[in-house]
Amino acid sequence: MMRRVLLTGVACVLAVFAAMTDAQDRIVVGSKSFTESAILGHMLVSLAGDAGADAELKTFPGSSVAFAALRSGDIVAYPEYTGTLTRELLSERGLRTDDELRTALAEMGLAMTGPIGFNNTYAIGVRRDDAATLGLRTIGDLAAHPSLRLAFSNEFMNRGDGWPGLRDHYSLPNPARGIEHALAYRALAERQIDATDLYSTDAQIAAMDLAVLEDDLGYFPRYDAVILYRADLADRLPDVVASFERMAGAIDADAMRSLNERAELGRNGDREAPQAVAADAVGRLFGLRAAASQAGVVQRVVRRTVEHVVLVGLSMAVAIAAAVPLGIVAARSRAFAGPVLGAAGVLQTIPAIALLVVLIGPLGIGAPTAIVALILYSLLPIVRNTHAGLTGIPGDLAESADAIGLTGFDRLRLVELPMALPTVLAGIKTAAVINVGTATLGGFISAGGYGQPIFTGITRNNFNLILEGALPAAAMAIAVQGLFDLIDRFAVSRGLRLSR
Amino acid sequence: MIELARVTKRFGSAAAVRGVDAVFDRGTVTALIGPSGCGKSTLLRMMLGLILPDEGTVSVEGRPVDRWDATSLRARCGYAIQSGGLFPHLTARQNAELPAKAHGRALDPSRIEELCELTRFEPSLLSRLPGELSGGQRQRVALMRALVLDPEVLLLDEPLGALDPLVRAELQRDLRGLFEALGKTVVMVTHDLAEAAYLAPQSIALLRDGKLEQRGSFASLQGSPASGFVREFLDAQTERARVLVAGGSA
Repeated sequence: MMRRVLLTGVACVLAVFAAMTDAQDRIVVGSKSFTESAILGHMLVSLAGDAGADAELKTFPGSSVAFAALRSGDIVAYPEYTGTLTRELLSERGLRTDDELRTALAEMGLAMTGPIGFNNTYAIGVRRDDAATLGLRTIGDLAAHPSLRLAFSNEFMNRGDGWPGLRDHYSLPNPARGIEHALAYRALAERQIDATDLYSTDAQIAAMDLAVLEDDLGYFPRYDAVILYRADLADRLPDVVASFERMAGAIDADAMRSLNERAELGRNGDREAPQAVAADAVGRLFGLRAAASQAGVVQRVVRRTVEHVVLVGLSMAVAIAAAVPLGIVAARSRAFAGPVLGAAGVLQTIPAIALLVVLIGPLGIGAPTAIVALILYSLLPIVRNTHAGLTGIPGDLAESADAIGLTGFDRLRLVELPMALPTVLAGIKTAAVINVGTATLGGFISAGGYGQPIFTGITRNNFNLILEGALPAAAMAIAVQGLFDLIDRFAVSRGLRLSR
Repeated sequence: MIELARVTKRFGSAAAVRGVDAVFDRGTVTALIGPSGCGKSTLLRMMLGLILPDEGTVSVEGRPVDRWDATSLRARCGYAIQSGGLFPHLTARQNAELPAKAHGRALDPSRIEELCELTRFEPSLLSRLPGELSGGQRQRVALMRALVLDPEVLLLDEPLGALDPLVRAELQRDLRGLFEALGKTVVMVTHDLAEAAYLAPQSIALLRDGKLEQRGSFASLQGSPASGFVREFLDAQTERARVLVAGGSA
């Protein structure tokens, strides 16, 4: 009976998982998580729909993962900037012109549309009052004020066309630190920092009345927005590519800034979702009726919940299946206990985010990688508690089992596991509750689940979106706790509670 | 029959049992008695093969314990300890039936009821968990478990040690009846001389510091103690009884 319930459960989880990952007859387009890229990504979904394809949007935390997903075929297209391609993604090639770029992309089986019509280059912004009092007009003027606190987005701090090159180009003596881009504006307004990197189409530049320093020595390249796509898409679905090409020349810098403003700051304080802004834009620009209407909060939360349950459920199922036997072996053999507990302990000390990033190498991005990380992360509490439960059986009872002649599997089944069950369950509960929280980091690698709105919310400085992931995640953790308390009540013999 | 030949057991540098020779004939009841730490429980554990001697041989039915298959040796020896050793997650019935499960033997449906009668355990309590039973009831279940496979040997380690005096006296009576009815080879550890004299009047083995000091009937120990220690041990326990009685009547 128990076995049948278990099998059915596993089958259901696998079915949901298969439904999530099976994207054979659909196309998946990508975007990076910041607002502008998300709006362009949703526009691509509508354009693909207009060309008869069933498109889905996948969000990536940064350029390199999105580019990797495009090359591996996880997605067929995403919005990118020429400067990011020449200076960062393909920097080792020393590409100068758009023609050179197109040739290089073609060698990789990729292509790009014509420029969408705006140059979203990097710029350095300061508060307008500082610019006036300190006489800041160009980037080079910063050198005269080394005490100014510079803080740049983490990506800008590290990329070849970011801070290291800028510092050398202008011989700037100023120190700089990293900050999340969306938080930089607030920090600037609250005078916690004095200068940060901006995108020239950022909605906040006008809204916060920032002064943009002139790049008089011509450091920043052009960051013309384009749609990057796989060349084989043109063979497979030429109508879709033709539809994407309609983006060329469709949006200038003012238009893009206005779209960003609606999504980031809102009009009359009412922000619109990137999807809604995109739907409106494709309507006005291309006469498309909003193909994809914004899913309601409930729908989104339900979908994220299913994804999160799959992440947690699958990883816990595998972790339990691996960790309980490991704990049993460790309890049986002292020689084995040290290495097993040690290895599980080492896995636990690796920061979750680092473990995810390490696993991206061999496994790529997405739910399977997150599940593997969660499995590794859940092992220790279960192995440790299984070991502790089995070795913690009182000496007189262990001797009684010996004296009765209970050995091997019977001893495990009749005496040891039932007596260790409360401890084992406590370990599984700990692992599961931690797992629910850790699984939100899956948002960092596009694994779905509650982490997706949390990460996107942080990137877009959208507190409601953060709550949309954080609140259900907290509720699920509490529910998991309750579930295991219930399991404990029914599965653990009353006799053990009497003697507890 | 159980035979000990020059049996020595050390724990670390301390010898718990030192060169003990003894024979326990089939169908006899023997009490191992002596002060705490004299090695009586260690002897009992060696008879069951729970621990092995460092020197000498422990034989059950003519075969050294280490050459027995542990499972079949334990099927032949029922064992009960002071705390009862009942598993808290199993009911009284499940505890009593456990040896049958361990040895893959089918139990006669009436076997447990039969044992209830033998150990004077109330059958309506069979579905209770150990935590819901009194100390005396738990010891009766422990006895049922030791007897369920009808072993030839019964090894009891202070089975009544944790009980209050009234319950203890009642169980002593029941145990004596049980020993007489079953005629098994019984070796029982106790530190109480009166209990030893009552349950095993024909064969008391007095141990001191791991050595067998004297073995014989209660009458022979009283009549001709082999050493000053034997005399002191007997006197102390008799004296204690007298003091207790005098104190109680004052």
